[in-house]
Amino acid sequence: MLGVVRKKMLGQSLLKIRPAVSMLRSYSSAAKQMTVRDALNSALDEEMSADQKVFLMGEEVGEYQGAYKISKGLLEKYGPERVLDTPITEAGFAGIAVGAAYHGLKPVVEFMTFNFSMQAIDHIINSAAKSNYMSAGQMSVPIVFRGPNGAAAGVGAQHSQCYAAWYASCPGLKVLTPYSSEDARGLLKAAIRDPDPVVFLENELLYGESFSVSDEVLDSSFCLPIGKAKIERVGRDVTITAFSKMVGHALKAAEILEKDGIDAEVINLRSIRPLDRSTINASVRKTNRLITVEEGFPQHGVGAEICASVVEESFAYLDAPVERIAGADVPMPYAANLERLAVPQVEDIVRAVKRACYRSVPLAAAA
Amino acid sequence: MALSYLRSSSSRSANLLRPLSSAASLRRPISTDTTPITIETSVPFTSHQCEAPSRSVETNPSELLTFFRDMALMRRMEIAADSLYKAKLIRGFCHLYDGQEAVAVGMEAAITKKDCIITAYRDHCTFVGRGGTLLEVFAELMGRQAGCSKGKGGSMHFYKKDSNFYGGHGIVGAQVPLGCGLAFAQKYSKDESVTFALYGDGAANQGQLFEALNISALWDLPAILVCENNHYGMGTAEWRAAKSPAYYKRGDYVPGLKVDGMDALAVKQACKFAKEHALKNGPIILEMDTYRYHGHSMSDPGSTYRTRDEISGIRQERDPIERVRKLVLSHDLATEKELKDIEKEVRKEVDDAIAQAKESPMPEPSELFSNVYAKGLGAESFGADRKEVRATLA
Repeated sequence: MLGVVRKKMLGQSLLKIRPAVSMLRSYSSAAKQMTVRDALNSALDEEMSADQKVFLMGEEVGEYQGAYKISKGLLEKYGPERVLDTPITEAGFAGIAVGAAYHGLKPVVEFMTFNFSMQAIDHIINSAAKSNYMSAGQMSVPIVFRGPNGAAAGVGAQHSQCYAAWYASCPGLKVLTPYSSEDARGLLKAAIRDPDPVVFLENELLYGESFSVSDEVLDSSFCLPIGKAKIERVGRDVTITAFSKMVGHALKAAEILEKDGIDAEVINLRSIRPLDRSTINASVRKTNRLITVEEGFPQHGVGAEICASVVEESFAYLDAPVERIAGADVPMPYAANLERLAVPQVEDIVRAVKRACYRSVPLAAAA
Repeated sequence: MALSYLRSSSSRSANLLRPLSSAASLRRPISTDTTPITIETSVPFTSHQCEAPSRSVETNPSELLTFFRDMALMRRMEIAADSLYKAKLIRGFCHLYDGQEAVAVGMEAAITKKDCIITAYRDHCTFVGRGGTLLEVFAELMGRQAGCSKGKGGSMHFYKKDSNFYGGHGIVGAQVPLGCGLAFAQKYSKDESVTFALYGDGAANQGQLFEALNISALWDLPAILVCENNHYGMGTAEWRAAKSPAYYKRGDYVPGLKVDGMDALAVKQACKFAKEHALKNGPIILEMDTYRYHGHSMSDPGSTYRTRDEISGIRQERDPIERVRKLVLSHDLATEKELKDIEKEVRKEVDDAIAQAKESPMPEPSELFSNVYAKGLGAESFGADRKEVRATLA
C-alpha cells in the first residue's frame, strides 16, 4: 500500500518538474505561480520549522500525505511525533489537541472536511473558544482547526455544508477564509502564530488552482493580518463582498458587468471573524450598493451579518436594498443539475448587481 | 466495621508504638514529624490487567496531620458554600465535594505541581488541593474580582495554571480528552510528569472518553483517568446508567485499579502506583469508590434517589476525615483537643476568607470585554445595544 503511494508521489513530482523547466526559459517575465495546495503545504512546513511547539494532527495527514495532499512530505521531514495520524474519532482528537494547547503546544488540527468538525464542535466552542474568557486570561488556546469547508462537487448533503456563519458567531474564535495562494500562505501562518483558537476554512475546489505569488509572499516571514479584508478589484458602482471560492465567482461577475458599464468593487473578506466592517462600510459609502455573496445557507448567514452592519453604520449611503446571494435554502442535492441550482453561479451575482443598480425589473414589479 | 479494622491493624503494628511511648517529647512538633509509619489501607486494591500495589502505605505523622487539616478545611469550605448559596450570595450552579475530600488530598500527596490535574465542575476542593486559596474560591463563587477567574468563571470554572490545574469544566466528559491532551504535551516536552483526568461515574459512559483512551493507549500517553465514582450521575444510580459499573475495567486493554476513595492513604498509594505506571506504560484507569453527602448540586436535595440511611451510614462508617482522625488518635500522633483545635482554626480561616471575599468588589463593567481573545487585534465587540455599548478588544 505504501509502495503504491510512493510511486504516485514520484509521478506527481515528475509532473511538477516539467512546468518549472519551461518557466526558467521565460525567467524575466514570470511572477511565480503557486497552487493553493502548495501554498498551504509550504506555510505548514515553514511554521513547523520555525517553532518546535507546532505539530499537525488529523486523519491521514501522515503516511497518506494528507487526504488532499496538503500535508505532503511533512511526516518525512518532521517525524511521527510532530505529524500524527489519528483514528477516526474527531471528538477525541480535537479534545486532545485543545488539551495540548492548554499546556503550551501549538496544535494544527486537520478535519478532513468541516462537516466532520460537528463531531468535535463542543471542544472547538466550549473547550477552546471560551477558555481564555472563563479563566480571565489564564488559559489561552493557540490552536488552529483547518480543513476543506463548503461544497465540493457531487458529494451530497452531508459533505457540503459551509460552517463560516456558525463558527463566526462565536466570541473567542477567529475565523479565516483564504481565497488565493497568497491568502492561504499569509493567513495560515498568521493563524498558527496567533495565540487564540482559529478556524481556518479552506475549499477543496481551490486546492488545485494556481495564483501568482510575489517574492514577498514566498518569504518565510510572510504573514497577513487577521481581521483585514482585501479589495481584489477597485470599483465605483457597486460593492460585492465574497469569501473563499465565491471571490473567484465575484471577479468573473465583475468582468461581465464591466461590459455593461457597471464597475464593481470586489472585497475578499479573508476574515469572517473579526469581520472587517470598516473596509466594507467604507466601500459601501463609496459605491452606495451592496451585494453579499456566500456559498453557505442563507438564513443567519455571513451576508445577513454584513447587511445588518451596513444598515446600522451606513444606512444613509444606501441607494438600493442590500442583496444577498447564498447557497440555496435546501440540503445539497446530488444530481448535477440540482447541485448547480443549489450553489451560487456567476450569473446569480450578475443578476443581483443589476437589480441593485436598477438595471433589471425587480420580482415584485413583474408580478 | 471501621473500628475493628483499626484494632487489628494496631495490634499488627504494635511495635510502632514503642518508639513513640518511650519519649513523649517525640510527639512534638507533630506537624513536622516525618518518622515513617506504615498503615494498611481499609480494603485491598482490585486490579484489572495489572498487578495491584501493596495495601501497606508508607506515611508519617506530618502527612497524616496534613491530611486531617486539609480535609477539614475542604469540608468546612463546602459547608460554608452551601450556606452562602442559600443566602443567594452564590448564584447558578454549585456542586459540592464534601465526602470526596480524600481523593483530592490523597492525590496531591502522591504527585508534584508539575503533574497536571483536570476535572469537571465539582472542582472547589481540587483547586484548593493545587494551592488555590480560600479567598480565591469564595470570591469566585460570589462573582468578585478577587476570584481565581476574576469573577468571570463561576463555580464550574476554577483554574490555576501556575500549578498545572486546568479546571473546571462544565461539559460532562469533555475534560477527559482535554486531560489526555495535557498528557500529550507532557510527553511531547519530555517532561517526566503525568496528568490526572478526573471524571464521574456519569461521565464514564461518554464516547469521547473511549476515543481519548484509545489514542492515549496507542500513543503511550502518561494519562491517568480517575473515575470518582460517587455512585450517582445526578439523580441516576450507576446501575441504571452503566451496563457495566465496574469502571476500572471499562478501559478493556487499559489496566485499571479499584480504590477505596474514602481512604486518603489508599488514594495516595494508588496515585503513586498510577504515576509510575503511566510514565512507563501509558494510560491507566483508577476508580475511586467515593461518596458525596450533598446532592448533585445545590438544586438537588439528594434524597429523592437515595435514602437518608444510606447517606448517614456512609458518614458513620467511611467518612474520610473521621478515618484519619481515628488513625491519628490510635497512633497517638495528636490529642483529641489538638484535632479539635485544628478544626476550630480551619473554621476561622474559612470565615475570615468569606468576610474578605465579601469585601471584594464585583468586576468593572469594562471587564465584560476583557480576555475574549489573548490578542484582540483591535477587533470590535458589542454590548446588548451595539449603538450604546461597543469596545475595542486589545
